[in-house]
Amino acid sequence: MDLTVLLVKGLIILVIFGITLLIATYSTYAERKVAAFLQDRIGPNRAGPWGLLQPIADAGKMFFKEDFIPSQASKWLFILGPCLAMLTALMSSAVIPFGDSIKFGDYTIPLQAIEINIGVLYIFGVVSLGVYGIMVGGWASNNKFSLLGAIRAASQNISYEIALGLSMIAILMMTGSLSVRAIVDQQATFFEWNIFTQPLGFIIFLTCAFAECNRTPFDLPECETELVGGYHTEYSSMKLGFYLFSEYINMFVSSAFISALYFGGFHYPFMTEVSAALEKGLGVIAGHNVATAIGTVFFFGKIFFFIFFFMWVRWTLPRFRYDQLMNLGWKTLIPLAILNVVITGAGLLYDFKYATWSIAFVMIGMAVVSMARTPKQPQAVPQRV
Amino acid sequence: MQLTNRSKQVSNKEMTMAEKMYLPAIISGLGITIRHFFRKKPTIQYPEVKKYLGPIYRGHHVLKRDEQGRERCTACGLCAVACPAEAISMVAAEREKGEENLYREEKYAAVYEINMLRCIFCGLCEEACPKQAVYLRHDRMVPVFLERDEVIYGKERLVEKADDRYVRVANSEVKTTPTEPSLTRAAT
Repeated sequence: MDLTVLLVKGLIILVIFGITLLIATYSTYAERKVAAFLQDRIGPNRAGPWGLLQPIADAGKMFFKEDFIPSQASKWLFILGPCLAMLTALMSSAVIPFGDSIKFGDYTIPLQAIEINIGVLYIFGVVSLGVYGIMVGGWASNNKFSLLGAIRAASQNISYEIALGLSMIAILMMTGSLSVRAIVDQQATFFEWNIFTQPLGFIIFLTCAFAECNRTPFDLPECETELVGGYHTEYSSMKLGFYLFSEYINMFVSSAFISALYFGGFHYPFMTEVSAALEKGLGVIAGHNVATAIGTVFFFGKIFFFIFFFMWVRWTLPRFRYDQLMNLGWKTLIPLAILNVVITGAGLLYDFKYATWSIAFVMIGMAVVSMARTPKQPQAVPQRV
Repeated sequence: MQLTNRSKQVSNKEMTMAEKMYLPAIISGLGITIRHFFRKKPTIQYPEVKKYLGPIYRGHHVLKRDEQGRERCTACGLCAVACPAEAISMVAAEREKGEENLYREEKYAAVYEINMLRCIFCGLCEEACPKQAVYLRHDRMVPVFLERDEVIYGKERLVEKADDRYVRVANSEVKTTPTEPSLTRAAT
């Protein structure tokens, strides 16, 4: 590898690292702001203009709190827990293509930390490691509630990873590649975005992504009404901060992953026309770079929408009960995902990409029929005593 | 007993297919929350913006002077008797010759103290006063205190200043009750 290429690659990796951290930091601010707005409040607005310095104040508070390690805890594992959570969260953004490529001189460098042809597998591997952070932390705390939270987290992540993987398989069948960039490139035209070819797969994937991120409605590991604080009950100071922070990084990464897999990544409608016009107007190299920048902006727009969506759902839905969670995962999502794979395969056999819409239509039809067939509930008469 | 007409009877019926799919209910729920996102927020930015609390708000105590600037209080002690928190104490004194322009009647309060940690701002002292001497003003609050010795308010902080007379809107002039939205929303 050339030294220039190496330098540019290193720069890209550093920038992605920095952006990941920055977005995760401001996700905490956005979460509080969105929560406030959804609840008719204003949210943090004292630290800096519109409260923009709030995350810095929060981090400062976290750093200066007492870093307490319980005497009965297993000390090194207790420290290892948040480190693992943070490490796995930060590693997973490496294979996501944030843009097309930068051209300078004779070089063409893809806007991605590493381009490997098993990108999807890499993400799955790293994400499944993520549960270790929670598991180790919960176990090392030597606290019943922490352990229960950790066990819940582990079982939940394992159950939902299956449905997550199965819903992915349909996409892999359509692309024929495990490379995230290949999956993104396959969605170049608007109506071939996977959201249009795989509507059911998208819903399953989204639900499982919520479960994998331990976000409401699946935030049972830290269910404070039952488990005090869940796996991070015993944690304080920046160790707790790392746990919370890794959750936001996971949210960012899964938003990026969803947008790359189902919403065309850095593609946007009329992209080829725009980039052709730019290359004509600004010259091949400058035009190409500007087009890449526009694509990256669109990609980040999609990511921000999904981060917002995560928050929007969090402040709308109540938490699932544990048996409901398991029923949904094992009895609904996994069979549906398998059905999705089968139908997609049958469609591909006849070279028809939109085959999975048939499942969606059948489900809508069943819902309408069942609605029509249920006897009308008599309107509840207010009782007077 | 029915308190509102918004109560819903809960039923434990079997869910229909559409309900088991969760998605229609989730989407309608998301619709409800996003409507709140764009709604105007009722928050008042408190220290910068203060709300008008109405003409009968019970705030800072004031010992009134009459039209000629003489103290009205005669240290009868009825306010101290009425006070449920026993926050008021006073020492009476007799008016000397030459003090007629200071005190309206022959007896006056040489010391008049209110313990603001005990006071519950119920306004019973105001009701008990036969001389219309003590009032809880509607336009000013007792400031936050940080030290114990700031807690007991003596006459120097209670008697109204000649250049800062407290005027309460007469009851007949009050058009609306303070709980009515038109008055409470008017932030001053």
